[in-house]
Amino acid sequence: MDDARETSSSVSLHNTKTPLHKTIPRRKPSMENLDRFIPNRSAMDFDYADYVLTTARKGNKIKGEGSPRKEAYRKGLAELFNMNRPRILACKNKPPVFKTLFPEPTSSVNQGALVKPQRYIPQTSERTLDAPDIGDNYYLNLLDWGSNNVFAIGLGNTLYLWDASDSSTTELFTIDDENGPITSLRWASDGRNLAVGLNNLEVQIWDVVSNRRMRTLRGGHSSRVGSLDWNEHILSTGGMDGVITNNDARISNHIVEKYEGHQLEVCGLNWSSSGQQLASGGNDNLLHIWDHSMATSNSRTQWLHRLDDHTAAVKALAWCPFHSSVLASGGGVGDHHITFWNTHTGACLNSVDTGSQSPNGCTVASATGDETLRFWNVFGIPEVVANPAPKTNLEPFASFSRIR
Amino acid sequence: MGSKTTTKDIITLRGSAAIVSEFFGYAANSILYNRGVYPEESFVKVKKYGLSMLLTQDETVKSFITNLNAQLSEWLESGKLQRIVLVIMSKATSEVLERWNFSIETDKEVVEKGEKSDKEIMREIQAIMKQIISSITYLPCLEEPCVFDVLAYTDNDVEVPFTWVESDPKLIENPQMVKLHSFDTKIHKVNTMVSYKNDEWNEE
Repeated sequence: MDDARETSSSVSLHNTKTPLHKTIPRRKPSMENLDRFIPNRSAMDFDYADYVLTTARKGNKIKGEGSPRKEAYRKGLAELFNMNRPRILACKNKPPVFKTLFPEPTSSVNQGALVKPQRYIPQTSERTLDAPDIGDNYYLNLLDWGSNNVFAIGLGNTLYLWDASDSSTTELFTIDDENGPITSLRWASDGRNLAVGLNNLEVQIWDVVSNRRMRTLRGGHSSRVGSLDWNEHILSTGGMDGVITNNDARISNHIVEKYEGHQLEVCGLNWSSSGQQLASGGNDNLLHIWDHSMATSNSRTQWLHRLDDHTAAVKALAWCPFHSSVLASGGGVGDHHITFWNTHTGACLNSVDTGSQSPNGCTVASATGDETLRFWNVFGIPEVVANPAPKTNLEPFASFSRIR
Repeated sequence: MGSKTTTKDIITLRGSAAIVSEFFGYAANSILYNRGVYPEESFVKVKKYGLSMLLTQDETVKSFITNLNAQLSEWLESGKLQRIVLVIMSKATSEVLERWNFSIETDKEVVEKGEKSDKEIMREIQAIMKQIISSITYLPCLEEPCVFDVLAYTDNDVEVPFTWVESDPKLIENPQMVKLHSFDTKIHKVNTMVSYKNDEWNEE
């Protein structure tokens, strides 16, 4: 070996077997043989480097044996199987967006996350509209979104229509004080006829295209009608008297059937998409399933199932869009559970505790103040539960896909 | 600040966690101001770290950051927080434009560590704050309205409260990265880095 102290140009008597030694310049006359590793900033993967640096410390302490190669292999495998991946968490309540002057045209449904089941639901409403005078009554169903993309809402004595495609508001009618207020409303599937229940026990059917009242159904109930649902030409009305009346809207003697079973106000009514079964929820905490084909010659029809799992009023009802006999029902304040049923057998499939106040109804536009939205992804049925909190005038509306 | 220097400067785990989460609060505010996520008028000047730091006056943003910091402190004390990431996204397209990465190395074996004074830590933090403020010189201008979000990278076995959900890392494709200074309380070492979307204008 050459003496390091010699300069590179010195002629040495060593043979040319080691010519390289002469050409390497030795700057430092030091005994150490220092390697120089020149890092390249742009080629560095900081994330990975960070990860390796921080986890390597723990690894060394625990593992007594094991060659570095084994370590690296184990780490590589672990990374492959995501075992060492840290959890990435984000706060559910997102920070607010700086409000600008122009409204947002995109629907919030498009803001889907890349990961499959979890859909990102924005915590702030996409649109906020004033809803003064909305009856602060849990048992009434005062809003409905029609298939014509028009949103109907009953505010006190007046019924408003809000067209979602051009954001225009029109007043359909105003009723006088002794007949009002509006207690329920429901669009027919054609998106043209709207059934409206009033406090004077009547149910009116309006045609929104010609802006005319087509019919008034009287005599079906002895107290106000708080819930409605259509099944083609049949309008089912649920009353505070606990009676559900099936009305054929085409004939003058409109009452065709009565379902009696609830003891208290019927606050939720929902026909299955096949029109075979009707689900009704009442203030008596009962959920009834009625089968349409079970109509008997007697005036009284027996229910198919009586389900009493809920411990509070059952208002929210929704049928699964792809499973004709699966129904979801939501219980009120004392219950706060969403329960899933098989309506053929009447068996309870699942029950999820939402941990808070009750869902507001099947439609996802909710006219109550200050809500936090919760998203449940059970069986792939997207459901959004709005938790109402008392507030007076400014009501947020959230536009998501409909459950029905 | 002076009282600590007379006795031995023992920084507890709790104290260190408080320093780190407080740092994050001020850093986040500074970033939001600098990058124009919220309007300038909504910020107010306060004295901190020997500098004039800006804090938002918007109640919702304030409470968001406060709640966040409380949770981060908890995780820091348990030693399970690995990093905090503040992402800035376009409001319209939700594309991630900037990513501020604060990675945390925790030395769990804390007994009586650190002859490190508060002052020295403050000085280190001050250096980082100055760097954040001056980052405006090289970060591309954010022309459109933006929103921000905060992600926390934690160990797998951490307790997740109800208000937090799993998220994707919100990475930027082909980012430019700049490493800033770090500070160390001897219990937690915080490294700061910012990644941003490659400015297409520069590439032409």
